[in-house]
Amino acid sequence: MMSSLLTLPLLLGQSVASALGQIWANKVRATLTTLGIIIGVASVIAVIGGLQGMRGYVLKEFEQLGARKMWVWGTVPDELRNTLNYADVRVHVGEARLLGEHAPSVETLTPMTQLGGDVRSASVTKTGVDVRGVWPAWHDIEDRQVVRGRPITDGDVDNRLQVCVINDKAIDELRLSSDPVGGFLLVNGRRFLIVGVVETKDEPGIFGGGESESELIIPFSTHKMMNPYTGTWFMTRLTEPTSERTMDEVSADAQAETRFIMRKNRGLGADDEDTFDMAVLQSAIQQFNQVAGVITAGAGAVVSISLLVGGIGIMNIMLVSVSERTREIGLRKALGAPPWLVLVQFLVEAVVLCMVGGLIGIAIGQGLVEASKRIPNFPLEHAGVPGWAIVLALAFSAGVGVIFGMLPAIKAAQLNPIDALRHE
Amino acid sequence: MTIEIRRLEKTYRVGEERVHALRGVDLTIERNEFVAIMGSSGSGKSTLMNILGCLDQPTGGEYLLNGQRVDGMDTGRLSSVRNREIGFIFQSFELLPRATALANVMLPMLYDPRKMFGARRRARTALELVGLGDRVSHRPNQLSGGQRQRVAVARALANEPTILLADEPTGNLDSQTTVEIIELFRRLHAAGQTIVVVTHEEEVAGHAERIVRLRDGEIMSDLAASADPMHLEWRRAMGASMNEGPGTEPASREPVPTQPEPGVEPGVEEGSLS
Repeated sequence: MMSSLLTLPLLLGQSVASALGQIWANKVRATLTTLGIIIGVASVIAVIGGLQGMRGYVLKEFEQLGARKMWVWGTVPDELRNTLNYADVRVHVGEARLLGEHAPSVETLTPMTQLGGDVRSASVTKTGVDVRGVWPAWHDIEDRQVVRGRPITDGDVDNRLQVCVINDKAIDELRLSSDPVGGFLLVNGRRFLIVGVVETKDEPGIFGGGESESELIIPFSTHKMMNPYTGTWFMTRLTEPTSERTMDEVSADAQAETRFIMRKNRGLGADDEDTFDMAVLQSAIQQFNQVAGVITAGAGAVVSISLLVGGIGIMNIMLVSVSERTREIGLRKALGAPPWLVLVQFLVEAVVLCMVGGLIGIAIGQGLVEASKRIPNFPLEHAGVPGWAIVLALAFSAGVGVIFGMLPAIKAAQLNPIDALRHE
Repeated sequence: MTIEIRRLEKTYRVGEERVHALRGVDLTIERNEFVAIMGSSGSGKSTLMNILGCLDQPTGGEYLLNGQRVDGMDTGRLSSVRNREIGFIFQSFELLPRATALANVMLPMLYDPRKMFGARRRARTALELVGLGDRVSHRPNQLSGGQRQRVAVARALANEPTILLADEPTGNLDSQTTVEIIELFRRLHAAGQTIVVVTHEEEVAGHAERIVRLRDGEIMSDLAASADPMHLEWRRAMGASMNEGPGTEPASREPVPTQPEPGVEPGVEEGSLS
């Protein structure tokens, strides 16, 4: 037995070669047999590749939105509905300052407020224009630097100046001159000096953007003076992750810090619920990954059924093969092949058959993924089949071969050489 | 002593019935003997051959092969004994159809770790020995019947077995190629090979030194070919019908010429391919 084990690699090689020969000799039969495996593997590869593409797309969308952003806003806890209203819990500038000073994981932040306002230029009046009140940090956090003029400054905020920065879309819609800096706009009847122009940024498609309209960016204090009752929230940018501190850790820290500062500032007792809430994109990405995981598991269940059917096909054809080659088995045994070696030979054949099916399936799956990447305006341009999926698919194919090849192989190994040689 | 069998019995169960295929056979075959085992169907000669070839186990008695008890061995060890000690030659050749002559001859060596390295070289030598040095890469369907059986002989010789065990080796061959194969056996025997041939053809048996006849699971006679009355009778009958043949020269223990006789030279094969 020990010495026979030494010959195993050579015999395995021989078995693989003979199995490939068998497959080549029965091309049509082999293809039909492995159809279940081919379909199963192709679909799992396509699903994983597609999900990979979806993930790439979603991550890119989030990246555009800013993976390092955190939002904070006031909420009324359910049990305090009767005693508190929204105005009582609204976040305010004082808290923004506290967070900016005392939360180390918050790099910079701006309070924000927004209103649809009536904006009139010399020639046009537009209603429902997006008017936002911000701090100067907004330019950095949103990555929207001025292309003309100057940004909103601390001086504008401190002095509640009636100045605005507009986007280039607003130049078109309000029919302003190509260099509108220095011109004026009427916002809800008040005169605002245009001090700068920012580029229009396409909102990521999944967040309903795409048709961006006019935007007016004004100092937060000015906005609040005009509209004291509009909703307020903070938009913050978190510190950059480092090699020692992942983004998950940064966002967890930032949330803990924010919570601590806000609770302390609001004088909440140990049993009181938060009167504010926050969100980070990091958790949205995690949610997507969870959903993707569920989809993968679901696809896996479907695929395992197809592999089961494929495996039964393999078992059937291997039983046919054993019975067709009974004389060969008898001969090999007469020449001294021990039963375990006959078993290994047929097992190898089943595994090779399955793996050939698996390879064809991988090729088809890859083809599907490549094809879907070429569909225009389809969110799968990042689709790709990761290496682990290919390894997994091959391992599964081999596993099916071992499981479903076992019965025929045992049958072959147990054949009596005398009867086998007499077999017609 | 190569083979020693004592009181060998084999009983099959067919439903409720017990069939006694062998009823106490005693047989001793010495090294370098050339023995023919004959008998009609049902005489037990196939059963005897299967047991001699370690393909089957006796239900009673003892079997010593090269001094080793092989009755009662498990199938794994038995396969190793087959691989090392027995060279099988079958009536229908049993070559793997998709493998070349060389690959077919290499087959038994692949099951022996001591032989597998250099198997190719040995296989080539074995094919040259049977006169097929120029046919190594031919497949069975490209070879004539006689050539196929010679490939099978080369395969049987590949592991240098103690016994060459041939079961009706010429049963599927015409008379011309039968002569070739018999000549090959005689040459191998002259070179020192122990050969056991199971046959029902007197022509083949006549080339053996010794003829063992079985009947109803027992040995009916065990005589030198030159002293076997049935064989001598057959030879007389043949002699009447043909002037010359293998039977004209008395088969005996005298050395067989190593050189093949003219006209049946193994390397030359008429009616080969095409």
